[in-house]
Amino acid sequence: MTADALPLEIRDLSKSFGARRALDGVSLSLAPGEVLGLLGPNGAGKTTLVRSVAGRVVADGGALRLFGFDPADARARAVRGWVPQEIALYPVLSPRENLWTFGRYQGLEGETLETGIRRSLSWIDLADRGDVRTASLSGGMKRRLNIAAGTIHAPRVLLLDEPTVGVDPQSRERIYAMIGELRSQGVSLLYTTHYMEEAERLCDRIAIIDHGRIIALGTKDELVRSTLGTRQALTIDAAAAVPPDLGEKLGRLGASVDGARVFVSVEDAAGEIKAILDLFHAHAVPIRDLTLKVPTLEQVFLQLTGRELRE
Amino acid sequence: MILAVARNRLFNLRRDRAAFILAFVLPVAFFTIFAAIFSGAGNRPSGRRIRVAVVDEDGSDVSRSWIASLQAERALEVVTAHDSGKAAPAGPYTSASAGQAVRRGEIPVALVIPKGFGSRPFGLPPAADRPPLTVLADSADPVSPQVVAGLLQKVAMVMTLREAQPGASARGGLVAVDVRDLAGERKKNPTVAFYAAGFGVMFLLFSATGAGGALIEEAESGTLDRILATRVSMGTLLAGKLVYLTAVGVTQLTLMFVWGALFFGVELASHLPGFFLMTIATALACSTFGLLLASVCRSRMQLVALANLSIMLMSALGGSMYPRFLMPEKLQRFGLLTLNAWALDGFQKIFWREEPLSAIAPQVGVLLGLAILFFLAARRIARRWEAA
Repeated sequence: MTADALPLEIRDLSKSFGARRALDGVSLSLAPGEVLGLLGPNGAGKTTLVRSVAGRVVADGGALRLFGFDPADARARAVRGWVPQEIALYPVLSPRENLWTFGRYQGLEGETLETGIRRSLSWIDLADRGDVRTASLSGGMKRRLNIAAGTIHAPRVLLLDEPTVGVDPQSRERIYAMIGELRSQGVSLLYTTHYMEEAERLCDRIAIIDHGRIIALGTKDELVRSTLGTRQALTIDAAAAVPPDLGEKLGRLGASVDGARVFVSVEDAAGEIKAILDLFHAHAVPIRDLTLKVPTLEQVFLQLTGRELRE
Repeated sequence: MILAVARNRLFNLRRDRAAFILAFVLPVAFFTIFAAIFSGAGNRPSGRRIRVAVVDEDGSDVSRSWIASLQAERALEVVTAHDSGKAAPAGPYTSASAGQAVRRGEIPVALVIPKGFGSRPFGLPPAADRPPLTVLADSADPVSPQVVAGLLQKVAMVMTLREAQPGASARGGLVAVDVRDLAGERKKNPTVAFYAAGFGVMFLLFSATGAGGALIEEAESGTLDRILATRVSMGTLLAGKLVYLTAVGVTQLTLMFVWGALFFGVELASHLPGFFLMTIATALACSTFGLLLASVCRSRMQLVALANLSIMLMSALGGSMYPRFLMPEKLQRFGLLTLNAWALDGFQKIFWREEPLSAIAPQVGVLLGLAILFFLAARRIARRWEAA
């Protein structure tokens, strides 16, 4: 591991499968202990990018280095952990045997391997179920074991591909806690997800990929500011259809009226809301509901890709 | 609604080519092969004729006329001289060289006409103070000596009738025939070793392809991807699987022969070196065959179909189900394309013919050669799973 090399550095990476360009000049980097969220619609190039970092796809052009090493290099394999989206485990083996297998495949042996297995089992709360068949575990348990199999060798860079798909809220919280622990140990994470709230909650920075390109990269606030500005969305539901004269005055404040519902984009929430509420009061129109929302990552995503994340 | 369910299954069958082939082509293919094997086992001229080496120690007119009668039999192919070989130059068979040829499995049966036979060839009772005809047999082939012995009596009858013509002295009856089992004469239960090897090899192939299927399951579950991102390469993975499959195969065959030794009198203890040489070579060839099939197939379904097809065909042609020496010549030669045939020939040389270790060199060589070929092919085809 070279001292000044970043955990992950990707420059101008490109890859085509036949005529389809899966990656088209992707550049990004991962700092020590950083969690980088990777978001993108289906078919945007997320999987190809993750598989390139995992050494399972060989890029046509550009550069990809893990602590300065080529992803196929044994030293890159040693510092890299990969938790694929599938439960890539042996269902008939026990959790202990699965961990033994992947620990051994990562070069651990003897006491180091035994310690790694014990630590992993207790980390994923499966110490008391270490010897049952993996197939008999719940979905959440399998997900946790899937993570442990990718981290038993204490990697410095971890690729997490949708690690919470199909798990109950309780298991999801446990997985979030595990990710928090990894991060506190200084592990750098590349985190792929379809859940916007996960990205907002867990990631230091977020990269949005579409058509094989990184179309936005930054903290959540940076992405929102650069895409949607700093305005907030105000929605007012009147008790009855908004009368035309009130509608006309609201229109002068930049609002649009749709029956009983009024939408306004406000820059100075406190000042502008007061003026709008005064108008309703003056026209004696009761208000049933009022919401003020800061722009979400979901809206950023929609704005940039023209698609919902879960499409 | 019932027809809708039936039609849905038909859609499925059409989509799955391997299953389609299995359903329609396989039965016809098997029928063809078994028909070819068994139709040749009869005495039809187009089928298998029994090669019999005849040694004429008597050299009398009577013995010559007997040989001529045997030559006229359509079920027999009579040979009286051998080609030059390692043991002896070309020349007429002697009882020693004919016996050796039977022992080695070069010919299934030999007939020795003893000196003095011509003076009193037959009579009733057959054996009374007459030198008997000796049939040298290999009990691996239980049919040929019976046929030859039966035909000898037929010739005796014909001769009796011919000589019973008016004017001829009436001396006829049955001929004394002494059948000696050369290959199995010192064995308690000589056919068991053959079946142990035959079934052993067939099931080794099945278990190797089944276990090789783990590779396909790993590919389908994403586990293979994960493994190849660790420090394990494709070559290491295949080599590891080969070690496992071979160890299982050696254990299977050993168990089979130990069982045979304990309960059926297979003489394992006195043939250990040859047994282990053949077992390791056979297990390696079967294991690499399993890996090759697994690397070729895209799904477990395909593997099952292809494994059934190839293993059943190889086992039928290669002699695991029905001894090759009872098949027509052409099929016997064709059978050499299968690894079963080489494995069984090797085991037979060890347990049956009691040949020295050097005699199984061709079999061990071919099996190891096949193992190397299969492994390299599997490694090459498995590249499709490596980094894209």
